[in-house]
Amino acid sequence: MSGANPIVEALEKSSLRDDLPAFRVGDSVDVHYRIREGEKERVQVFSGVVIKRRRAGARSTFTVRKVSFNVGVERMFPLHSPRIDKIQIQSQGVVRRSRLFYLRELRGKAARIKDVKDR
Amino acid sequence: MNQNPGVIGTKLGMTQVFNEDGSVTPCTVVQSKPVVVGKRTQDKDGYDALIIGVGTKTAKHVKKPQAGFYKKQNVDPKALLREFRCPADFAAKFETGQEVKLDELFEAGQYIDVQGVSRGRGFSGVMRRHNFAGGTSSHGTHEYKRHGGSIGMNMTPGHVLKGQKMAGQCGNKRLSVLNLRIHQVIADQNLVLIRGGVPGAKNATVIVRGAVKKRNGGKVS
Repeated sequence: MSGANPIVEALEKSSLRDDLPAFRVGDSVDVHYRIREGEKERVQVFSGVVIKRRRAGARSTFTVRKVSFNVGVERMFPLHSPRIDKIQIQSQGVVRRSRLFYLRELRGKAARIKDVKDR
Repeated sequence: MNQNPGVIGTKLGMTQVFNEDGSVTPCTVVQSKPVVVGKRTQDKDGYDALIIGVGTKTAKHVKKPQAGFYKKQNVDPKALLREFRCPADFAAKFETGQEVKLDELFEAGQYIDVQGVSRGRGFSGVMRRHNFAGGTSSHGTHEYKRHGGSIGMNMTPGHVLKGQKMAGQCGNKRLSVLNLRIHQVIADQNLVLIRGGVPGAKNATVIVRGAVKKRNGGKVS
Protein backbone atom coordinates (compact mmCIF):
# COMPACT_ATOMS: atom_id res chain seq x y z
CA MET A 1 0.00 0.00 0.00
CA SER A 2 1.27 3.43 -0.86
CA GLY A 3 1.60 5.65 2.16
CA ALA A 4 -0.32 8.83 2.67
CA ASN A 5 0.97 12.11 1.37
CA PRO A 6 3.49 13.66 3.81
CA ILE A 7 1.34 16.77 4.14
CA VAL A 8 -1.73 14.69 4.95
CA GLU A 9 0.31 12.73 7.48
CA ALA A 10 1.48 15.93 9.14
CA LEU A 11 -2.10 17.10 9.23
CA GLU A 12 -3.21 13.90 10.92
CA LYS A 13 -0.43 14.10 13.45
CA SER A 14 -2.12 16.89 15.39
CA SER A 15 -5.17 14.73 16.07
CA LEU A 16 -3.22 11.65 17.20
CA ARG A 17 -3.39 10.77 20.88
CA ASP A 18 -0.20 9.82 22.64
CA ASP A 19 -1.73 9.49 26.10
CA LEU A 20 -3.12 5.98 25.55
CA PRO A 21 -1.18 2.90 26.69
CA ALA A 22 0.41 0.63 24.11
CA PHE A 23 -1.71 -2.48 23.87
CA ARG A 24 -1.61 -5.40 21.50
CA VAL A 25 -3.94 -7.90 19.94
CA GLY A 26 -4.79 -10.52 22.56
CA ASP A 27 -4.71 -8.13 25.49
CA SER A 28 -7.71 -7.74 27.76
CA VAL A 29 -8.62 -4.10 28.11
CA ASP A 30 -11.19 -1.83 29.72
CA VAL A 31 -12.19 0.95 27.35
CA HIS A 32 -13.66 3.95 29.13
CA TYR A 33 -15.83 5.58 26.51
CA ARG A 34 -17.72 8.82 26.95
CA ILE A 35 -21.27 8.55 25.76
CA ARG A 36 -23.90 11.20 25.55
CA GLU A 37 -27.42 10.60 26.79
CA GLY A 38 -29.49 13.62 25.90
CA GLU A 39 -27.78 16.44 27.72
CA LYS A 40 -25.79 14.35 30.16
CA GLU A 41 -22.47 12.77 29.47
CA ARG A 42 -21.24 9.68 31.24
CA VAL A 43 -18.44 7.17 30.94
CA GLN A 44 -19.22 3.62 29.90
CA VAL A 45 -16.71 0.83 30.34
CA PHE A 46 -16.41 -1.85 27.68
CA SER A 47 -14.18 -4.74 28.80
CA GLY A 48 -12.96 -7.52 26.58
CA VAL A 49 -10.23 -8.92 24.40
CA VAL A 50 -8.65 -6.89 21.60
CA ILE A 51 -9.16 -9.04 18.50
CA LYS A 52 -8.08 -6.60 15.84
CA ARG A 53 -5.98 -3.49 15.47
CA ARG A 54 -5.91 -1.40 12.35
CA ARG A 55 -2.90 0.86 12.16
CA ALA A 56 -3.64 3.69 9.75
CA GLY A 57 -2.64 7.04 11.19
CA ALA A 58 -5.62 9.05 12.36
CA ARG A 59 -7.93 6.41 10.94
CA SER A 60 -6.60 3.69 13.26
CA THR A 61 -9.20 1.55 14.97
CA PHE A 62 -9.32 -1.44 17.28
CA THR A 63 -11.99 -4.03 17.96
CA VAL A 64 -12.81 -5.39 21.42
CA ARG A 65 -14.78 -8.60 21.90
CA LYS A 66 -16.59 -9.73 24.99
CA VAL A 67 -19.21 -12.35 25.74
CA SER A 68 -22.17 -10.91 27.53
CA PHE A 69 -25.10 -13.14 28.64
CA ASN A 70 -23.80 -15.82 26.28
CA VAL A 71 -23.91 -13.47 23.35
CA GLY A 72 -20.68 -12.37 21.73
CA VAL A 73 -20.42 -8.59 21.48
CA GLU A 74 -17.79 -6.86 19.40
CA ARG A 75 -17.25 -3.16 19.36
CA MET A 76 -14.93 -1.14 17.19
CA PHE A 77 -13.40 2.07 18.50
CA PRO A 78 -11.49 4.76 16.62
CA LEU A 79 -8.18 4.71 18.45
CA HIS A 80 -7.67 8.47 18.40
CA SER A 81 -11.25 9.39 19.21
CA PRO A 82 -11.59 12.18 21.77
CA ARG A 83 -14.48 10.21 23.25
CA ILE A 84 -12.13 7.57 24.64
CA ASP A 85 -11.57 8.63 28.24
CA LYS A 86 -8.90 6.06 28.98
CA ILE A 87 -7.84 2.50 28.23
CA GLN A 88 -6.76 0.17 31.01
CA ILE A 89 -4.84 -3.01 30.23
CA GLN A 90 -6.10 -5.81 32.45
CA SER A 91 -3.84 -8.57 31.17
CA GLN A 92 -1.48 -9.16 28.30
CA GLY A 93 -2.18 -12.20 26.18
CA VAL A 94 0.04 -14.47 24.15
CA VAL A 95 -1.31 -14.91 20.64
CA ARG A 96 0.24 -15.94 17.36
CA ARG A 97 -1.83 -13.96 14.93
CA SER A 98 -2.87 -10.38 14.36
CA ARG A 99 -6.58 -11.04 13.92
CA LEU A 100 -8.29 -13.23 16.52
CA PHE A 101 -11.45 -13.93 14.54
CA TYR A 102 -11.19 -17.61 15.50
CA LEU A 103 -12.50 -16.62 18.93
CA ARG A 104 -15.93 -16.14 17.38
CA GLU A 105 -16.29 -19.88 16.89
CA LEU A 106 -15.12 -20.76 20.41
CA ARG A 107 -16.98 -20.63 23.70
CA GLY A 108 -16.05 -20.81 27.36
CA LYS A 109 -12.82 -22.59 28.22
CA ALA A 110 -11.76 -22.95 24.61
CA ALA A 111 -11.94 -19.21 24.09
CA ARG A 112 -9.30 -18.42 26.70
CA ILE A 113 -6.05 -16.70 25.79
CA LYS A 114 -2.75 -17.52 27.50
CA ASP A 115 -1.48 -14.77 29.77
CA VAL A 116 2.01 -13.40 29.34
CA LYS A 117 2.69 -14.01 33.04
CA ASP A 118 1.94 -17.77 32.87
CA ARG A 119 4.45 -18.38 30.15
CA MET B 1 -22.41 30.51 -15.56
CA ASN B 2 -20.47 30.02 -12.40
CA GLN B 3 -19.27 33.47 -11.42
CA ASN B 4 -17.94 32.33 -8.08
CA PRO B 5 -14.23 32.63 -7.52
CA GLY B 6 -12.26 29.44 -7.40
CA VAL B 7 -8.81 27.91 -7.56
CA ILE B 8 -6.87 25.16 -9.25
CA GLY B 9 -5.63 22.68 -6.69
CA THR B 10 -3.99 19.31 -6.20
CA LYS B 11 -5.84 16.49 -4.51
CA LEU B 12 -3.41 15.16 -1.91
CA GLY B 13 -5.53 12.34 -0.57
CA MET B 14 -8.14 11.59 2.00
CA THR B 15 -8.14 11.45 5.77
CA GLN B 16 -10.61 11.80 8.57
CA VAL B 17 -10.99 14.52 11.14
CA PHE B 18 -12.40 14.25 14.65
CA ASN B 19 -14.91 16.91 15.59
CA GLU B 20 -15.31 18.33 19.06
CA ASP B 21 -18.15 15.96 19.92
CA GLY B 22 -16.07 12.96 18.84
CA SER B 23 -17.83 12.38 15.54
CA VAL B 24 -15.72 11.79 12.48
CA THR B 25 -15.78 13.64 9.16
CA PRO B 26 -14.15 12.06 6.10
CA CYS B 27 -12.19 14.74 4.28
CA THR B 28 -10.32 15.21 1.05
CA VAL B 29 -7.21 17.35 1.37
CA VAL B 30 -6.65 19.76 -1.50
CA GLN B 31 -3.57 21.94 -1.76
CA SER B 32 -3.45 25.13 -3.76
CA LYS B 33 -1.14 28.10 -3.93
CA PRO B 34 -2.79 30.31 -6.51
CA VAL B 35 -1.30 33.44 -8.01
CA VAL B 36 -3.14 36.04 -10.06
CA VAL B 37 -1.36 36.01 -13.43
CA GLY B 38 -3.66 38.38 -15.24
CA LYS B 39 -7.13 39.78 -15.58
CA ARG B 40 -9.88 39.98 -18.11
CA THR B 41 -11.94 43.14 -18.05
CA GLN B 42 -15.31 44.15 -19.42
CA ASP B 43 -13.80 47.00 -21.42
CA LYS B 44 -11.10 45.01 -23.11
CA ASP B 45 -12.38 41.45 -23.27
CA GLY B 46 -16.13 41.73 -22.80
CA TYR B 47 -16.17 39.90 -19.48
CA ASP B 48 -14.50 39.97 -16.08
CA ALA B 49 -12.25 37.18 -14.93
CA LEU B 50 -9.10 36.45 -13.00
CA ILE B 51 -6.40 34.37 -14.64
CA ILE B 52 -5.14 32.11 -11.91
CA GLY B 53 -1.91 30.15 -12.14
CA VAL B 54 -0.40 27.49 -9.89
CA GLY B 55 2.89 25.62 -9.69
CA THR B 56 6.14 26.47 -11.44
CA LYS B 57 7.62 25.79 -14.83
CA THR B 58 11.27 26.11 -15.76
CA ALA B 59 12.08 28.64 -18.45
CA LYS B 60 13.11 26.05 -21.02
CA HIS B 61 9.69 24.39 -20.88
CA VAL B 62 7.79 27.60 -21.57
CA LYS B 63 6.90 28.19 -25.19
CA LYS B 64 7.91 31.56 -26.57
CA PRO B 65 4.44 33.13 -26.93
CA GLN B 66 3.63 32.10 -23.35
CA ALA B 67 7.00 33.36 -22.14
CA GLY B 68 6.13 36.73 -23.66
CA PHE B 69 2.80 36.74 -21.83
CA TYR B 70 4.44 35.96 -18.50
CA LYS B 71 7.06 38.62 -19.12
CA LYS B 72 4.41 41.19 -19.89
CA GLN B 73 2.55 40.32 -16.70
CA ASN B 74 5.85 40.24 -14.79
CA VAL B 75 5.02 36.85 -13.23
CA ASP B 76 7.09 33.65 -13.11
CA PRO B 77 5.82 30.95 -15.48
CA LYS B 78 3.17 28.67 -13.97
CA ALA B 79 2.52 24.99 -14.56
CA LEU B 80 -1.22 25.50 -14.94
CA LEU B 81 -3.32 28.46 -15.96
CA ARG B 82 -7.04 28.94 -15.87
CA GLU B 83 -9.51 31.76 -16.07
CA PHE B 84 -12.15 32.12 -13.41
CA ARG B 85 -15.08 34.33 -14.26
CA CYS B 86 -15.94 36.60 -11.37
CA PRO B 87 -17.74 39.86 -10.65
CA ALA B 88 -15.77 43.00 -11.43
CA ASP B 89 -15.76 44.22 -7.83
CA PHE B 90 -14.22 40.94 -6.69
CA ALA B 91 -11.54 41.04 -9.37
CA ALA B 92 -10.68 44.59 -8.33
CA LYS B 93 -9.50 43.29 -4.96
CA PHE B 94 -6.57 41.50 -6.55
CA GLU B 95 -3.59 42.71 -8.48
CA THR B 96 -1.56 40.89 -11.06
CA GLY B 97 1.24 38.95 -9.41
CA GLN B 98 -0.55 38.81 -6.10
CA GLU B 99 -0.84 35.51 -4.26
CA VAL B 100 -4.39 34.53 -3.36
CA LYS B 101 -4.85 33.18 0.14
CA LEU B 102 -7.41 30.42 0.40
CA ASP B 103 -9.20 32.04 3.33
CA GLU B 104 -9.97 35.03 1.10
CA LEU B 105 -11.97 32.72 -1.16
CA PHE B 106 -13.41 30.04 1.08
CA GLU B 107 -14.78 29.66 4.56
CA ALA B 108 -15.63 26.66 6.72
CA GLY B 109 -19.06 25.27 5.96
CA GLN B 110 -19.25 26.86 2.54
CA TYR B 111 -20.87 24.94 -0.30
CA ILE B 112 -18.53 24.32 -3.21
CA ASP B 113 -18.35 22.54 -6.55
CA VAL B 114 -15.33 20.44 -7.42
CA GLN B 115 -14.26 19.43 -10.91
CA GLY B 116 -11.72 16.77 -11.69
CA VAL B 117 -10.86 13.98 -14.07
CA SER B 118 -12.01 10.64 -12.71
CA ARG B 119 -9.64 7.71 -12.48
CA GLY B 120 -9.47 5.87 -15.79
CA ARG B 121 -10.51 2.24 -15.90
CA GLY B 122 -9.95 1.66 -19.59
CA PHE B 123 -12.38 -0.18 -21.84
CA SER B 124 -14.71 -1.77 -19.33
CA GLY B 125 -17.69 -4.07 -19.51
CA VAL B 126 -21.18 -3.08 -18.51
CA MET B 127 -20.91 -4.52 -14.99
CA ARG B 128 -18.05 -2.21 -14.02
CA ARG B 129 -19.10 0.73 -16.17
CA HIS B 130 -22.83 0.86 -15.56
CA ASN B 131 -23.30 -1.40 -12.52
CA PHE B 132 -25.30 -3.97 -14.47
CA ALA B 133 -26.09 -7.12 -12.56
CA GLY B 134 -24.64 -9.51 -15.15
CA GLY B 135 -25.95 -13.01 -15.63
CA THR B 136 -26.29 -15.89 -13.25
CA SER B 137 -23.17 -17.98 -12.87
CA SER B 138 -24.98 -21.27 -12.51
CA HIS B 139 -28.14 -22.89 -13.94
CA GLY B 140 -26.48 -23.90 -17.19
CA THR B 141 -25.09 -20.46 -18.07
CA HIS B 142 -22.37 -20.69 -20.68
CA GLU B 143 -20.19 -17.70 -21.58
CA TYR B 144 -22.85 -15.21 -20.51
CA LYS B 145 -21.86 -14.27 -16.96
CA ARG B 146 -20.82 -10.64 -17.38
CA HIS B 147 -22.97 -9.70 -20.36
CA GLY B 148 -25.55 -6.92 -20.43
CA GLY B 149 -28.43 -8.94 -21.88
CA SER B 150 -30.78 -7.59 -24.51
CA ILE B 151 -30.04 -4.22 -26.09
CA GLY B 152 -33.42 -3.55 -27.63
CA MET B 153 -36.57 -4.70 -29.38
CA ASN B 154 -37.22 -6.40 -32.76
CA MET B 155 -38.71 -4.87 -35.94
CA THR B 156 -40.13 -1.93 -34.01
CA PRO B 157 -38.07 0.23 -33.76
CA GLY B 158 -35.58 -1.86 -35.72
CA HIS B 159 -32.51 -0.14 -34.31
CA VAL B 160 -30.79 0.20 -30.98
CA LEU B 161 -32.04 3.20 -29.01
CA LYS B 162 -29.64 6.10 -28.63
CA GLY B 163 -27.89 6.22 -25.28
CA GLN B 164 -28.09 2.45 -24.76
CA LYS B 165 -25.56 1.60 -22.04
CA MET B 166 -22.86 -0.65 -23.37
CA ALA B 167 -19.20 -1.47 -22.75
CA GLY B 168 -16.63 1.23 -23.47
CA GLN B 169 -14.21 3.69 -21.93
CA CYS B 170 -14.89 3.97 -18.22
CA GLY B 171 -13.55 6.83 -16.16
CA ASN B 172 -10.85 9.30 -17.27
CA LYS B 173 -13.69 11.72 -17.80
CA ARG B 174 -14.16 15.20 -16.48
CA LEU B 175 -16.67 15.16 -13.64
CA SER B 176 -18.18 17.84 -11.44
CA VAL B 177 -19.41 17.15 -7.94
CA LEU B 178 -21.82 19.82 -6.77
CA ASN B 179 -22.61 21.09 -3.30
CA LEU B 180 -19.76 19.58 -1.33
CA ARG B 181 -18.85 21.49 1.81
CA ILE B 182 -15.64 22.98 3.08
CA HIS B 183 -14.72 21.52 6.43
CA GLN B 184 -11.73 23.67 7.19
CA VAL B 185 -9.44 26.15 5.48
CA ILE B 186 -5.79 26.10 6.55
CA ALA B 187 -4.55 29.20 4.79
CA ASP B 188 -0.98 29.21 6.06
CA GLN B 189 -0.40 25.74 4.62
CA ASN B 190 -2.45 26.47 1.47
CA LEU B 191 -4.76 23.56 2.30
CA VAL B 192 -8.47 23.17 2.22
CA LEU B 193 -10.34 20.18 3.68
CA ILE B 194 -13.43 19.17 1.75
CA ARG B 195 -16.09 16.94 3.26
CA GLY B 196 -16.37 13.74 1.25
CA GLY B 197 -14.61 12.58 -1.87
CA VAL B 198 -13.72 14.38 -5.07
CA PRO B 199 -13.08 12.91 -8.54
CA GLY B 200 -9.55 11.95 -9.51
CA ALA B 201 -6.52 10.10 -8.28
CA LYS B 202 -4.07 11.33 -5.67
CA ASN B 203 -1.99 14.26 -6.97
CA ALA B 204 -4.60 14.92 -9.64
CA THR B 205 -5.58 18.46 -10.56
CA VAL B 206 -8.97 19.60 -9.32
CA ILE B 207 -10.87 22.86 -9.62
CA VAL B 208 -12.62 24.12 -6.51
CA ARG B 209 -15.10 26.97 -6.67
CA GLY B 210 -18.14 28.34 -4.90
CA ALA B 211 -21.33 26.35 -5.48
CA VAL B 212 -23.22 27.47 -8.57
CA LYS B 213 -26.58 26.22 -7.30
CA LYS B 214 -26.49 28.01 -3.94
CA ARG B 215 -27.02 31.63 -3.15
CA ASN B 216 -24.07 33.87 -2.46
CA GLY B 217 -21.59 31.42 -3.95
CA GLY B 218 -22.38 28.86 -1.27
CA LYS B 219 -21.15 31.03 1.57
CA VAL B 220 -23.09 30.49 4.76
CA SER B 221 -22.09 33.54 6.76
